[in-house]
Amino acid sequence: MKDEALLVADGLRKTYALPGRGRLTAAEDVSFTVARGGSLGIVGESGSGKTTVARMLVGLVRPDAGGVRVDGRPREARTPRRKAARLARAREIQMVFQDPYVSLDPRLTAAQCLRTALRLHGRDDGTAAELLDRVGLGEREAASLPRHLSGGQRQRLAIARALAPGPRVLVLDEAVAALDVSIQAQILRLLDEIRRDTGVALVFVGHDLAVVQHITDEVLVMRRAGSSNRAPPGGF
Amino acid sequence: MLLTLDHLTVDLPGAARPLLDEVSLRVAPGEVVGLVGESGSGKSTTAKAALGLLPGGATASGTVRVGDADVLALTGENLRRHRARTVAMVHQDPRAALNPVRRIGDFLRERGADRTRAVELLAAVGLSDPERRLRQRPHELSGGMLQRVVIAGALAVRPRLLLADEATSALDVTTQAEILALLRTLRAEQGAGMLFITHDLHLAAAYCDRVYVMYAGRVVEERTARALFAGPAHPYTRGLLSCSPTLGDTSRTLLPIPGRPPSLSDSFPGCPFAARCPDAEPECETWRPVAVDLPDGGTTACRRVPAAVPAAAERSTT
Ligand SMILES: Nc1ncnc2c1ncn2[C@@H]1O[C@H](COP(=O)(O)OP(=O)(O)OP(=O)(O)O)[C@@H](O)[C@H]1O
Ligand code: SF4
Ligand SMILES: [Mg+2]
Repeated sequence: MKDEALLVADGLRKTYALPGRGRLTAAEDVSFTVARGGSLGIVGESGSGKTTVARMLVGLVRPDAGGVRVDGRPREARTPRRKAARLARAREIQMVFQDPYVSLDPRLTAAQCLRTALRLHGRDDGTAAELLDRVGLGEREAASLPRHLSGGQRQRLAIARALAPGPRVLVLDEAVAALDVSIQAQILRLLDEIRRDTGVALVFVGHDLAVVQHITDEVLVMRRAGSSNRAPPGGF
Repeated sequence: MLLTLDHLTVDLPGAARPLLDEVSLRVAPGEVVGLVGESGSGKSTTAKAALGLLPGGATASGTVRVGDADVLALTGENLRRHRARTVAMVHQDPRAALNPVRRIGDFLRERGADRTRAVELLAAVGLSDPERRLRQRPHELSGGMLQRVVIAGALAVRPRLLLADEATSALDVTTQAEILALLRTLRAEQGAGMLFITHDLHLAAAYCDRVYVMYAGRVVEERTARALFAGPAHPYTRGLLSCSPTLGDTSRTLLPIPGRPPSLSDSFPGCPFAARCPDAEPECETWRPVAVDLPDGGTTACRRVPAAVPAAAERSTT
């Protein structure tokens, strides 16, 4: 096999129908690659299409054109019907959102949440404690419901849950944007450690260039209407 | 002095501690003053006090003056004029400031801008095709574009005091830099003072003349921007500086502050930062913070920073 990057986005394009006439181009010909265990930042102001690109990567939004490959395998544009295929797809790319509250089941404690995710992917649910420890959540937090966790603790839980299937790529969309700087630094540090220890590749989407640049090797800057250019860190 | 807060304390029933605890702060005409601190530290509450706006059910002691006006005593037409003409505020969320069914042009006209000036202002805040924007409604613009509209609206009233509450936080760096430069120019032209609220200490240090750092409803340090950056005195300020990422400086490791910022249900018999402070001693837990003067003219509220009594004496003899 050719020595292809772990994650390849190739000519992604997405338009939305506007009320009335015309179409809004949210992303236009967006291409990039991420190496195994590498990290790419995507920055741009609101409306520049960052979230659209993140959602196309995980498959929450279907591109009009272009595609995504992980390990040389094209990702199907729609979620497969068969459970095994769906789970295999989930193990390729996992996503963490700005507000983890909406993506966490409010009835499950942190530990239950992780055990459920681990079992779903046929992994040993005994490793839940390890995962919690990995993201810096203690016993008290393990037994807590999401609403009894702080914003930073919830984001740690969301990261742990995203790691549960053992994904190759973690896509984080504004994952620290709602957090205080002191908590943000705790999470950035955690992500750095996780990347080093597990070799998971990161795609880190954000509006704050200083933050994005801090934890990624390379940064893609999106301008409005989805065009983009790529710059190495320190190139600004 | 343009804005003076003197020992402003704001209490809310049910809260374990005051929202604002003895906050004193000044903004001179033409001055850009930064207010930094993490979520819930009381920055917005402080800024709103300058508008004479307190949370529902809150009680206040201390004073708020803008020019000659005793703001907390204003009522009726005087209060309305104060909020509409003297002080302008740009919030975190532009959608909250704009009526969704009215056109951008109406928004600017309500603020005293005729068509020519409205077009000028929209162009000045970096919006393309300003003529067309006048006819658009908020839902047709992105969040970043709306924030520019709100800033144009604030500038239209030519306020004496501009309150910018995380006004550029959601914009990309290039746009942020453009808008900040613009705010500074207009502030200079109109001689207005500005209270610039941000959670970004590096930005405040780069942009402001003087900076106040807040923690748990208190001012913990007040310095010129240069001094704050070069020699932060309070352990919390030092913590903030070393946990904030900076542009271009990717090699530096971030040193997180342990724990989390306090909420209104946390009360503190002593220094509120004690549980997270690397320099804390047992005595800090019961020491009620008081600000001391620093040799360079700033102040800080940490019992381990010695009071600059000699410096104060020197100042009075020179
Ligand atoms: N109207 C209100 N009613 C009740 N509590 C309030 C009200 N307004 C503010 N508070 C509380 O007062 C404290 C200070 O809030 P404030 O909004 O001033 O903080 P801030 O520093 O601006 O935070 P942020 O960075 O999140 O904007 C917080 O604990 C907040 O929840
Ligand atoms: S008073 Fe004590 S706990 Fe508070 S900031 Fe100073 S050293 Fe730290
Ligand atoms: Mg605020």
